[in-house]
Amino acid sequence: MQTYFIELSYLLASIFFILGLKGMSHPETAKRGMHLAEFGMLMAIIGTLVHHEIVTYTWILAGLAVGSVVGLAMGLWVPMTAMPQRTALSHAFGAFAAALVGISEFYRYGGHLEGRIMMSALGFEVMLGALTTTGSLLAFAKLQGLVRGTPMTYKGQNIFNMALLAVTIGIFVYLIVVPGSMPLFFTMVGLAFVFGLLLVMPIGSADMPVVMSLLNSYAGLASAATGFVLSNKVLIIAGTLDGFSGFILSILMCRAMNRSMTNVLFGAFGSAATAAAGGEQQGSMREVGLEDIATQLAYANKVVFVPGYGLATAQAQHAVRELADVLEKRGVTVKYGIHPVAGRMPGHMNVLLAEANVPYSSLYELEQINPEFSSTDVAVVIGANDVVNPDARDNPGSPIAGMPILEVDRSKSVVVLKRGQGKGFSGLENPLFFKPVTGMLYGDAKDTLTRLVQAVQHA
Amino acid sequence: MSAETLISALYVFALAAFLGYQVISRVPPLLHTPLMSATNAISGISLVGSIVTAGARYNTVSTILGFIAVVCSTTNVVGGFVITDRMLKMFKRKELVKKD
Repeated sequence: MQTYFIELSYLLASIFFILGLKGMSHPETAKRGMHLAEFGMLMAIIGTLVHHEIVTYTWILAGLAVGSVVGLAMGLWVPMTAMPQRTALSHAFGAFAAALVGISEFYRYGGHLEGRIMMSALGFEVMLGALTTTGSLLAFAKLQGLVRGTPMTYKGQNIFNMALLAVTIGIFVYLIVVPGSMPLFFTMVGLAFVFGLLLVMPIGSADMPVVMSLLNSYAGLASAATGFVLSNKVLIIAGTLDGFSGFILSILMCRAMNRSMTNVLFGAFGSAATAAAGGEQQGSMREVGLEDIATQLAYANKVVFVPGYGLATAQAQHAVRELADVLEKRGVTVKYGIHPVAGRMPGHMNVLLAEANVPYSSLYELEQINPEFSSTDVAVVIGANDVVNPDARDNPGSPIAGMPILEVDRSKSVVVLKRGQGKGFSGLENPLFFKPVTGMLYGDAKDTLTRLVQAVQHA
Repeated sequence: MSAETLISALYVFALAAFLGYQVISRVPPLLHTPLMSATNAISGISLVGSIVTAGARYNTVSTILGFIAVVCSTTNVVGGFVITDRMLKMFKRKELVKKD
């Protein structure tokens, strides 16, 4: 009877999870979908609490209480600009939980699990869990600015990493064949923790969306492996959904940069090796006055804003919307062009702009907005660089050749809001900045936009 | 693990993978950040495994590891769902934004 109750609650939870994700196909149905998923989760937890193996509730309730408080605090107070960091942290938590459950199972049976298949599943769970934990923590530290966000490389890095991975997998295989060695098991876990750091170390900055998606995928697969170890179907289903979601996102992100997964993982993009390409730029950047831009904007028919990570660092999302508001009041059509890899995680820019009350119907994807630039009077690039670099389209020798870009240089006029004259995160020259059609406005994006609002109002 | 258990687990895995691919490839880029936090919250279902580990009193080590795992998973479940709700509330249609 009890088993039926538990299994039934898991079945319902699985169905509600799938319906919840199905709702994500449109903003209008997404909220209801999430409520279904939340209900499913509650069912599964209640179902589990009657499990016959549970003899004491002290630690369970304590854990639930602490986790709820921490989760609620994070959920309510983390600002939208910090969403990539928060997501990285939650990948770490999820993966760590999976690793711990695996370690506990191994310890409980003294390493002598029921058969080799069980040991294989447990090995996957613990290794994926461990490497995702440290990898995500390093990604968090990079995003939070605790360590340098740029790739960290050294000679022979790939060979060293591969060797370490080979040793780890070697121990794993040995444990499957000859089970029971505690020291070897914990060596394997330790190596997996180290490997997570090494994996994320050489990947940085603009490649972050791919890393985030990959870690998402690993965390999900670790959960799915836990499901195999515990013979728990709802865990397999939820973990697989999570794993595949991350996997699909990483493929989409790679495609948006025209790079292969191997290249992202082992290429260490943005390091000194690529800086030589592209050659010297002729001409100079043209700095323009704030008043001129304000006039241009005020008398334009159509303006397209192109945000990048700089928008997030400057917290300028509200200022953009204010500028859009005063422009729309004057009858200007305002749209936003969002590149899939703009920002530090998939969909980062959309969430920031939505937070600033920009209606989602004004947010346009790459394929939708590109044909519109030729009829755009002013394209305003805010803290974006590589995603508008015309070299990707025009220069086959460029390291980012073939990457789909937002073709702002086709509009009648381009304004680039930039912190300083330095290069972008990739270290590449951007010919867009040297084109006659382009004007540069240096300074903090938020400050510049706020002053533009006032200037437009007086225009 | 018996052969039947493994096979049925593999069935579930394969079907979930297929279904996941179908469902998730329909999510627009607009909602990719909420999607990530939602799948994160959902995979916090590993909580059910942690709960049993923390409450079953196999041995002290397992109880401690289980407790930490419960804290981590609960943080993900609660935090993930709260933040997803918060994000989704921000995505508004044009008419609704104008009323604010």
